[in-house]
Amino acid sequence: MKDTDIKRLLYTHLLCIFSIILSIFIPSFFLENFSILETHLTWLCICSVFVTAVNLVLYLVVKPNASSKRSSLSYKVVRFLKCCIYFLMSCFFFHVIFVLYGAPLIELVLETFLFAVTLSTFTTVPCLCLLGPNIKAWLRVFSRNGVTSIWENSLQITTISSFIGTWLGAFPIPLDWERPWQVWPISCTLGATFGYVAGLVISPLWIYWNRKQLTYKNN
Amino acid sequence: MRLGSGTFAACCVVIQVLGVALFLRGFFPAPIRSSSRTEHQAEPPAPEPSAGDRSNWTKLPPPLFRKVVIMLIDGLRDDFVFGCVWGVKFMPYTTYLVEKGASHSFVAEAKLPTVTMPRIKAMMTGSLPGFIDVVRNLNSPALVEDNVITQAKAAGKRIIFYGDETWVKLFPKHFVEYDGTTSFFVSDYTEVDNNVTRHLDKVLKRGDWDVLILHYLGLDHIGHVSGPSSPLIGHKLREMDSVLMKIHTSLLSEERDTLVPNLLVLCGDHGMSEAGGHGASSMEELNTALILISSAFERKPGDIRRPKHVQQTDLAATLAIGLGLPIPGNSVGSLLFPTVEGRPVREQLRFLHLNAVQLSKLLQENVPSYTKEPGFEQFKMSERLHGNWIRLYLEENNSEVLFNLGAKVRRQYLEALRTLSLSLSRQVAQYDIYSMLVGTVMVLEVLVLLLLSMPQALSNKAELEVPLWSPVFSLLFYLVFLVLSALHVIVCTSAESSCYFCGLSWLTAGGVMALISALLCAVVSALAKVFADGRLLRKNPAHPKARWSELDVLILLGTLGHVLSLGASSFIEEEHQTWYFLVNTLCLALCHELYKNCFLSDDCEPQPCSHVEQGLVSSEPALWDRNIHCNVSKPHRVSKSPTSLDTLRGYEKWMVLASPWVILTCCRLLRSLNQTGVQWAHRPDLGHWLTSSDHKAELSVLAALSLFVIFVLVQRRCSLTSKVAMALGLLGVYCYRAAIGNVLFPWQRDSKDISKERKANVISEKVKVLAEGCDQAVWVSRSHGAHLEARPTNGRGS
Repeated sequence: MKDTDIKRLLYTHLLCIFSIILSIFIPSFFLENFSILETHLTWLCICSVFVTAVNLVLYLVVKPNASSKRSSLSYKVVRFLKCCIYFLMSCFFFHVIFVLYGAPLIELVLETFLFAVTLSTFTTVPCLCLLGPNIKAWLRVFSRNGVTSIWENSLQITTISSFIGTWLGAFPIPLDWERPWQVWPISCTLGATFGYVAGLVISPLWIYWNRKQLTYKNN
Repeated sequence: MRLGSGTFAACCVVIQVLGVALFLRGFFPAPIRSSSRTEHQAEPPAPEPSAGDRSNWTKLPPPLFRKVVIMLIDGLRDDFVFGCVWGVKFMPYTTYLVEKGASHSFVAEAKLPTVTMPRIKAMMTGSLPGFIDVVRNLNSPALVEDNVITQAKAAGKRIIFYGDETWVKLFPKHFVEYDGTTSFFVSDYTEVDNNVTRHLDKVLKRGDWDVLILHYLGLDHIGHVSGPSSPLIGHKLREMDSVLMKIHTSLLSEERDTLVPNLLVLCGDHGMSEAGGHGASSMEELNTALILISSAFERKPGDIRRPKHVQQTDLAATLAIGLGLPIPGNSVGSLLFPTVEGRPVREQLRFLHLNAVQLSKLLQENVPSYTKEPGFEQFKMSERLHGNWIRLYLEENNSEVLFNLGAKVRRQYLEALRTLSLSLSRQVAQYDIYSMLVGTVMVLEVLVLLLLSMPQALSNKAELEVPLWSPVFSLLFYLVFLVLSALHVIVCTSAESSCYFCGLSWLTAGGVMALISALLCAVVSALAKVFADGRLLRKNPAHPKARWSELDVLILLGTLGHVLSLGASSFIEEEHQTWYFLVNTLCLALCHELYKNCFLSDDCEPQPCSHVEQGLVSSEPALWDRNIHCNVSKPHRVSKSPTSLDTLRGYEKWMVLASPWVILTCCRLLRSLNQTGVQWAHRPDLGHWLTSSDHKAELSVLAALSLFVIFVLVQRRCSLTSKVAMALGLLGVYCYRAAIGNVLFPWQRDSKDISKERKANVISEKVKVLAEGCDQAVWVSRSHGAHLEARPTNGRGS
């Protein structure tokens, strides 16, 4: 891969981070009493929308997986619908996982679901944008030696770091510090966000560091 | 030397037990005990110093008070009585007594553990019980140590007790009359106190007792149920205040006839934390209120006193002197001097001398180098000065010199008492670090050895090489043994405090040192072997060695993390959450591993499959045995159905794939079955829902279903007669449960006729709700509650 590829990756990721930061500060101009901790659900929605939008725009503009075949409208619509369905399925899947981990089943359903939506935008949306609604491709990318480009490598890193961030974010919940951010799901969503941002920062650096050892099958 | 794995495991277990025993012996401090175990044989009290024949004060001084009433309110924190939030508002009579009446108020600091039984022991014996008593809190045997109650009974005092039945268990046969209430039903805070108060009127009118002890549990129960900020606390405090007023007025009216003062003690055994519980060492749990009320105490108008800070163990010595009894031998407390302020100087010095003699005797018996203790030196000096004072006094010299010398002696005594008390208390809390260290080293060595030799050490027929005779290791062994022995000698000869490990004979200590050195050599040899194998593995990658898979790493790190989390103080009472979390993570990792092995077959090795096989609970190992090895000749192929699962029949494959999810769902169900911990214990859980009386039908259905499933699962291997017998047995189980009312028969509707008791409870609940709004209703509920059937156990002892 060339250095320009890595630079493009870096700028894309910086734009994603910037969008998250925007989602923290911009709504306070339009809404009253907006804060991450108090109007948490609002912030979750806004953050998900921003990140989805940025991801869509970037991958449509940058087109890292240039595949120029069958661009008929019906195919595109079908693809889009499949993406939405996969996104919804992943939201439900994450919701079930959170309930199994101990989230209440009947109460706080909206909070749990919005957290699942957020985690899906951090993990599933980039997969959908980059690889399309193609389960085989996803399995290939997340298996041991299946990456074929630096974009897929960075996808691996950001997804895994989002998951690790969520996992670590669950640690403060049973502690007795009685802080407002220990309530479910705030600490986990903050953990997921930090994990995603950390993944976005680390992956271009890691790829740059290892650019000599990384060889892809298509290069 | 070759060891079979069974021998190895047994040796590890034995050494671990030894190490843990040594650690515990160092952790739980040796109790401070006086060697005189004579309960019935009264020792002659120490005579006045250097008085000889001229003093006729050789017996115990006479009691200061005729009657003593101890009103112990469980959970009485100091700011419930002295603070502005509760004390002034809800306890007006007590506040009047504290600020203007003839009383002395103190903030008595309890010591750990702040649980009722050890605190009662501390108050009555004056000694500091340790943590082991918490284990016995549920089933307390009689107290054999020297204590105020036993001394009072031996001196012929008549003691009446009403309250928590812990006292009856601690002091059987000591009470002339008693009525114990059980402290187990934490949700009841009215009846448990009414059971005490209902006797009060009768007892106060009678004159045939010397000591009356009342133990009120209601405040503590309210704290456990709803915490210190609930409005019920205010009502309870008001009730306690009115009881105190009743007792005090009765005692005052009695004194008008006899002119000898009585003593009323209001105290708490421990405080209450912010969450309403107790047991730990926060300030709120340690500080209790202690008020001594008697007409013998002078109070000039305008004399403003703030409550002084004292130790809870000081109460035993004060009560003993107040009742004219010998101070309990194990007491580490000092006399509360304000109680004897009004007495003549000679008596004051006599009391202080008795207390100091008792403390110094305890010090002599428990500290080997007691002559170097500053408290002892101060005591000796005070005794000498006291002797001088006595000589001056007996020469009928009433001058200024006598007065000044008396004040000086008093000051010296108080200083000596304080120092002695402090050093004795410190002895109890000292950890024997050396023994603890030795025990820890042993345990850690065995742990490292196990980790290094896992997994081949614990499989079925493994044999271990333990190279003990090779020259390198025997040299290392002797070297380490010499070093440890030298260390042992240095520590034991320089230790000032007593150390259990040093107290062992040289042979035993030498044996332990040899064991530690041998274990160290074994650890080093195992390490060397691991490194050698690692190098071998790197040179020859096809070497089939047990490598650590990701699952192993996760389990190891999770266990480490769990152990570390147990040391965090913020995790208290929520430790189970780590367990739930880690089990869930492990199940998901297993699921990932399983699906990876089933849907992707690239470069698979035998080990992960076998790990997966061992991890599955519901898989049938026989099927896997045939197909353990994945197809190595097809690398990098993303095939959906590898050979390992092909041979499985359809439903078994689905069972295998669904098993992690089944486990996860079961774990989630179990979590919501019973809420534990502190933060979320009040949330509704399935257990409560099922056992509440509205859902008997659901509980019956679930019980019947479970019994049926048990029958179905077990009946496969039974003959016909055992099947019939088992069916009848399970039916009998259901009938028994229906007979005692837990479940219903299908032809029974939910019984609509509420029993009389429940009706009364319902009414009292409604009244309680009203009572929270206005004051008048408090009186209504109290009188209503007195009409309900109270608990039994109204015993009359001999």
